[in-house]
Amino acid sequence: MIWLDTLVQGILLGGLYALFAAGLSLVFGIMRLVNLAHGDLIVMAAYLILLLVTLLGLSPFVAAAIAAPLMYLIGWGLQKHLLNRTLGTDILPPLLVTFGLSIALQNALLEGFSADSQRLPTGEISTASVDLGVMTVGVLPLLTFGSAVAVIVGLNQLFYRTELGRAFRATSDDPTTASLMGIRPSDIFAKATAIAMLVVTLAALYLGMRSNFDPNIGPARLIYAFQAVIIGGLGSLWGTLAGGIIIGLAQTIGAAINPEWQILAGHVAFLIVLLLRPRGLFPRAFD
Amino acid sequence: MSLLTTTGLTAHYGDFQALFGVDIALNEGETIAIIGANGAGKTTLMRSISGVLQNGPEMITLSGQPIGGLSADQILPLGLAMVPEGRRLFPSLSVEENLLIGTYGRKVDGYWSLEAIYDLFPILAERRNNPGTALSGGQQQMVAIGRALMSNPKVLLCDEISLGLAPVVIKDIYAAVPKIQASGASLIVVEQDIGQAMKVADRVYCMMEGRVTLEGTPDSFSRNDIHAAYFGVSA
Repeated sequence: MIWLDTLVQGILLGGLYALFAAGLSLVFGIMRLVNLAHGDLIVMAAYLILLLVTLLGLSPFVAAAIAAPLMYLIGWGLQKHLLNRTLGTDILPPLLVTFGLSIALQNALLEGFSADSQRLPTGEISTASVDLGVMTVGVLPLLTFGSAVAVIVGLNQLFYRTELGRAFRATSDDPTTASLMGIRPSDIFAKATAIAMLVVTLAALYLGMRSNFDPNIGPARLIYAFQAVIIGGLGSLWGTLAGGIIIGLAQTIGAAINPEWQILAGHVAFLIVLLLRPRGLFPRAFD
Repeated sequence: MSLLTTTGLTAHYGDFQALFGVDIALNEGETIAIIGANGAGKTTLMRSISGVLQNGPEMITLSGQPIGGLSADQILPLGLAMVPEGRRLFPSLSVEENLLIGTYGRKVDGYWSLEAIYDLFPILAERRNNPGTALSGGQQQMVAIGRALMSNPKVLLCDEISLGLAPVVIKDIYAAVPKIQASGASLIVVEQDIGQAMKVADRVYCMMEGRVTLEGTPDSFSRNDIHAAYFGVSA
């Protein structure tokens, strides 16, 4: 029974990693941009939520709902005015610029909020659980996983059911021909990053409610997110969810065997998938 | 006044100059053909007019408005669409989505709609849910033409629409041209197939090494004239 519990915990933890990764996957899928500041943007959003909670006395969920449109605008501006300038045939400029952004964000957060560990106040929800008969499961992990699935379903609907989604896919295929259709790729990229920041806000909400955070934890979140994206196959949203679950499962199983193995087990799982399926589990058919 | 003009149009790829002062004019309701050998600058001319390449603002006008400095996404809403060389369908999009993307972000009135395109090319209606790139070359070309028509352009640029297709398929594709003309669009057709170009066009421009070397109605010049303009030597 302990094993069943471990498996369920691992899958639910995967939901959190999938939330970390979904925004990264979206942006990479559309513009082949690897945003090395993605983890730091999650941490920044967590501080933004914390700020709203402390200043206005709101619940973290309400605060996240207010932070989301702000993050949307930040993402739009960031892409429009900074990251679009780095896109081109050379893959190095976006890596260098987002790496720089990552360092700048970490230091700005350190300056503004100090190195103290913070946590979003959660009230009763952090200890609430549901009794499933054979085991009990925490409400917060369930909520996290449910949100991750909802995000993936929502993004898929956006991609395959809307005009904007068509434009996302067309621009991803061929920006030059897309511009012949009256699509401005730089606007499409800005919208994509803005939407990714909505997902980042949600990821930040659960990050901040489930664990402590400080200005320096962004890069580690980026690693988990990146591993989930790579395992799933670059550009596949359902693959990203699967990737998150694999990392989550590996970490939980590793920790069940020996608590010191938690992080290592996730990395080992990542390496094994890379060895067996270098393009990930659900690679795009064309690239 | 001409619907579309280029005046002293020059174009560069880095240090390499591809066009050396090209003057062409397209009148309302007219179809012109641009012929010339590989490397003559035909596709560069199309890329310049459509805004993929940017030029001096006054070098290209559409309905009297300078468009040379505009980008492709700014030019399309002004009523100029292009069928690019090599078709360039979006592999992630189905046939129908490839057609719909032609009207992205705009409500367009006019003759051309999804129904009108399916009426023009009935085979596309059967294949509407297939990935665009799963079709045969000829069918892909139909999608590319339909996609450009969806914006109901005043001017339609067709870059090498017969390239790589079997003669019987080329005939099918060109059978659509009179219907497109009847819808009110003016056409610029780039062709390597001189016979095809002569059949469809009201006037022909021949290009060589980035310059226009011959211009006139198809019946106004001899085989020898074309040979000289095309290859730079007389037959």
